[in-house]
Amino acid sequence: MSANPFDTPPLLDAARSLRGPGNMQSKRMRLNSVRRYAVNHLVTGLAVLSTLLVIAPLIAILAYLIYKGASSLNLAFFTHIPAPVGEPGGGMANAILGSGIVLGLASLMGIPIGIAAGVYLAEFGRGRLLATAIRFTADVLNGVPSIVMGIAIYSLIVMQQKHFSAFAGGVALAVMMVPTITRTTEEMLATVPHAIREAALGLGVPKWRTVLSVSLKTASPGIITGCMLAFARVAGETAPLLFTALGNQFWSYKLTEPIAALPLQIYAYALSPYDEFHRLAWAGSLVLIVMIMVAVSLVRIYASRGVLKGAS
Amino acid sequence: MGVGINVEHLNAWYGTTHTLQDINLNIPANHATALIGPSGCGKSTFVRCLNRMHETNPIARATGTVKMGDLDIYKDASPVEIRRRVGMVFQRPNPFPTMSIYDNVASGLKLNGFRNRAILDETVERSLKSAALWEEVKDDLKKKSGASLSGGQQQRMCIARALAVDPEVLLMDEPASALDPVSTSKIEDLIFQLKSQYTIVIVTHNMQQAARVAENTGFFLNGKMVEFDSTHKIFTNPKDKRTEDYITGRFG
Repeated sequence: MSANPFDTPPLLDAARSLRGPGNMQSKRMRLNSVRRYAVNHLVTGLAVLSTLLVIAPLIAILAYLIYKGASSLNLAFFTHIPAPVGEPGGGMANAILGSGIVLGLASLMGIPIGIAAGVYLAEFGRGRLLATAIRFTADVLNGVPSIVMGIAIYSLIVMQQKHFSAFAGGVALAVMMVPTITRTTEEMLATVPHAIREAALGLGVPKWRTVLSVSLKTASPGIITGCMLAFARVAGETAPLLFTALGNQFWSYKLTEPIAALPLQIYAYALSPYDEFHRLAWAGSLVLIVMIMVAVSLVRIYASRGVLKGAS
Repeated sequence: MGVGINVEHLNAWYGTTHTLQDINLNIPANHATALIGPSGCGKSTFVRCLNRMHETNPIARATGTVKMGDLDIYKDASPVEIRRRVGMVFQRPNPFPTMSIYDNVASGLKLNGFRNRAILDETVERSLKSAALWEEVKDDLKKKSGASLSGGQQQRMCIARALAVDPEVLLMDEPASALDPVSTSKIEDLIFQLKSQYTIVIVTHNMQQAARVAENTGFFLNGKMVEFDSTHKIFTNPKDKRTEDYITGRFG
């Protein structure tokens, strides 16, 4: 069971017989070994238990969503817009599309800005006051409640333009993505060995090119993970969209108009008094979580393609 | 072909530490020059001043004149240009982990925007042959990551990478100190062959190595160059008492 031979009882016996039975020191050694053996297994057991506790909620949520939502999933769910109250059927096609548009927009804005800021922090701003200020701001921004973010974007964009829009929703989510991506990018770049940067500089490669083709490329698996975490986090956000994208019961592709999104639709349906809507909300939740899982997996598969044999 | 390097009144600092104090030295073209001395004596700082890598550290600075042929490297050229002409091999092999063997060797050209496939192919093959690695890796040039090679192979790949940009000078900062004896002797053979085409400056802790590969040897101590002479002279009849103490193993 144990990989460490020093913890196994046979060796204990050997040690005791070497020392002789009446020896005080041998007694203490034996006690110590027994304790080590026990502690080793206790701690390993605790670690396994903790892992199970971490996975358990995810499995429970998925199982419950499938139990509650799978029966309401049909083709119409993915192809139809919501039906009026009292009419059977209807789907969330517009919300799925809307979520895609808003998240795509948020990623287009948030990922480049987040990565660029992280690159500045790690590669150019070491020890500078501006970098310290950015780092602090990012950490504070990370802790801003999402509803506050929604209100902020509401007053900055929606009030100025005098209408709700998909664009405002995208901005709200993008601002929420930036701090996570910035800090992960910085941390991942910090793990790239200095020797690799020196190798590139020593070949006469300019600094900007070294950062782009060597540092960022070496850190890319971690940075991609950071982007995916940020994406998955905002994909389920409802609060920042309440005052920005607003929601929409009909098809809408325009960035300047209110747009439907899965979390908004789930929120609206879950609060409604109708059983049919409750069932659709469950189905919507299942679709949302599966969509996030699929998106994250696809990026991971894509990112791991072309990795060479023996690359670390 | 290599060029000679002429160093006059070179001083270097890390923060307030005066790491190099008034170094004057003539490094002849197409020869191997070894720099020996105890740890922390400034040998590495010295070679890093020769390709302006020293100044990549924000707290470091240097004064004095370093001439490559007629070119004053601190006045007449940008650091990027100098580093293309003065190649460097580091103490620990530092392959680019995300790149194949081929891309590692071609990186100096590729990262500077060079794209001609035929010339790249030819350069990679020539550089790997010069670094005595071609036979061992020619079948998985593009399949295997540079980081998957053994330590000794990685270091020879790093030498090939430095050679691929066609430098005139090759700086080697303890290139064999992280390697086993077999790999070390391969690197030494390599230096022996390469010095006909390049000016080589090699920092080493291993005095036998200096004696084996270099025509001239400089002894550094506490940021100063104590003595510079032919390797034979340094190891058989040094002028300075401190050099004699060091090579006979009385300190350091």
